[in-house]
Amino acid sequence: MSALDIKGLVQPDRVHRAVYTDPAIFELEMERLFARAWLLVGHESQLPGPGDYFTTRMGREPVIVARHTDGTIHVLVNRCAHRGARVCDAARGTARLLVCPYHGWSYATDGRLASVPFPEGYDGLPASGLGRVPRLASYRGFLFASLAADGPSVDQFLGPLRTSFDDFVERAPAGEVEVGGGVFKHVYRGNWKLVWENLNDGVHPAFVHASSIWAAREQPPVNGGYAEIAIRQMLQNGAPPEVWEHTGLWVTPYGHSYMGDYHDDSRLVPGMNHPAFAEYRAALARRLGDEGASRVLGELRWNSIVYPSCSFMSQFRQLRILQPLAVDRTAVHAYSFRLKGAPEQMFRDTIAFANVVNGTGSPVLTDDLEIYERAQQALATASTEWISIGRGRAGDVPDREGMHRGGPGTSEIYIRNQLVAWVEYMTTET
Amino acid sequence: MATRTRGASTARSLAPMAEVERLLLREAALLDDGRLDEWLALYTEDAIYWVPLEPGQADPLTTVSLIHDDRALLEVRVRQFKHPRAHARTPIPRTVHQIGNVELREDDGRELRVTSTLVMVEYRSERQRVWGARVEHRLRREANGLRIAAKRVDLVNSESELEGIVALF
Repeated sequence: MSALDIKGLVQPDRVHRAVYTDPAIFELEMERLFARAWLLVGHESQLPGPGDYFTTRMGREPVIVARHTDGTIHVLVNRCAHRGARVCDAARGTARLLVCPYHGWSYATDGRLASVPFPEGYDGLPASGLGRVPRLASYRGFLFASLAADGPSVDQFLGPLRTSFDDFVERAPAGEVEVGGGVFKHVYRGNWKLVWENLNDGVHPAFVHASSIWAAREQPPVNGGYAEIAIRQMLQNGAPPEVWEHTGLWVTPYGHSYMGDYHDDSRLVPGMNHPAFAEYRAALARRLGDEGASRVLGELRWNSIVYPSCSFMSQFRQLRILQPLAVDRTAVHAYSFRLKGAPEQMFRDTIAFANVVNGTGSPVLTDDLEIYERAQQALATASTEWISIGRGRAGDVPDREGMHRGGPGTSEIYIRNQLVAWVEYMTTET
Repeated sequence: MATRTRGASTARSLAPMAEVERLLLREAALLDDGRLDEWLALYTEDAIYWVPLEPGQADPLTTVSLIHDDRALLEVRVRQFKHPRAHARTPIPRTVHQIGNVELREDDGRELRVTSTLVMVEYRSERQRVWGARVEHRLRREANGLRIAAKRVDLVNSESELEGIVALF
């Protein structure tokens, strides 16, 4: 597929259906996009001590992320150098050596080959050990890896989106966050781009989530307690059009975006009026001062998307990592974070919010997944070639630090921006 | 339904078992018929309906759950099926709930703890799924008989990568 062919699939106000349905394009994405871009693999708190590891995928590549005895972190291909069997089967664990179940080859947690049973039978042993993912970098505890040896630094790659991670971490009274509370793993029968094209879309909630909005509105008010966070979030999806039009939508180079000026804790959770929130704010002020606490809590940022691997939001400490499985199948793993130094009630709010927004049985998420699948099914039809990405295009304006901003908050600027980055990756040959 | 009772099968322990079995069968039948309002009426006003994420999960408040509904959220969940644009719920999944291995574990006079196994076949939108679960009911004696105060459904594949869950177990 030539660069010209690929460029022709994305036009200023429309995109060709093949971008979502063509298996050859998906294979090229694995090679040119997922094997090049910085992908979020996890968070340092998942590896508190030496020998701790977890397994995940980078694109479709199975990898082990491990902390070695000297404290350094390594991203290793989860495939034995001998006969190719998967070395680590568990989602997480602690080990001095990673031992292949097939013929007992063992590896240190930095990937070096440690020992081989019956070594005399082999005609020269490989010195390299487990395959090594060439680049790993941390930004404020978030671990990014790249399967490409060369490319922009993580700082360059993230650019202005670093402020979203700053916002995420600064909210912790102790200045640190940690993964906790279990991981949702949901899959849908659709292309991986569909979830990123939906997340910062301010028009879809009123339609996709009409049934949960209505069901929540019909419910007698619940004050406090577990249900309140869930019901408030369902109601929030039914916010009037002005709210969505006035939401801020920023996009950055490399396809990233974030939604800002959205809504604040006082509207969404028992929040400002909750004793736990007052205690939390006081703890934050002890580190940052009163003004600092106000500044941090005044940041009204909602979803940030780091293209093509993750999205996160600070107000309820949620992170989603995407794993493309096939052109028409995608997995999303959703993590929750604890604000170190905050009252435990804040984490309970996080869990309640996770259940309603990222839960596999959520009244909200299940309707999103249904729509992704319907889109995928209909995009398979050949008679109509193009879909529209032109909403709000006339209003796209340059903004600070090389960003652009959507005129109205319902602009599809973030989709156009993702596809600009997509073309750039896809037309750059290795 | 295959039934076992723990310990001596005295007349005293058999009597509640018959009532317990009737309730579990009725719950299954109402779900399979899509009669969700009547299903919800089987639950107490303070009921909890819980499908944990992790095997042996101890706590629904500090670990996420596939579903964790109190009575208010359960009412929202049931109501959602009635909306004309409930995209993932129209049509409602067709199910068969097969209940077995019912055991009465505890009976303190006010509440009974009952365990069972569930095999549920679900069909919707050209897709059939089979679920297996260990189930625990906490049943409360009320004026008009037993009602469900809590239901916990431990799916055998709760931690795997799952497509969206719409059907009720």
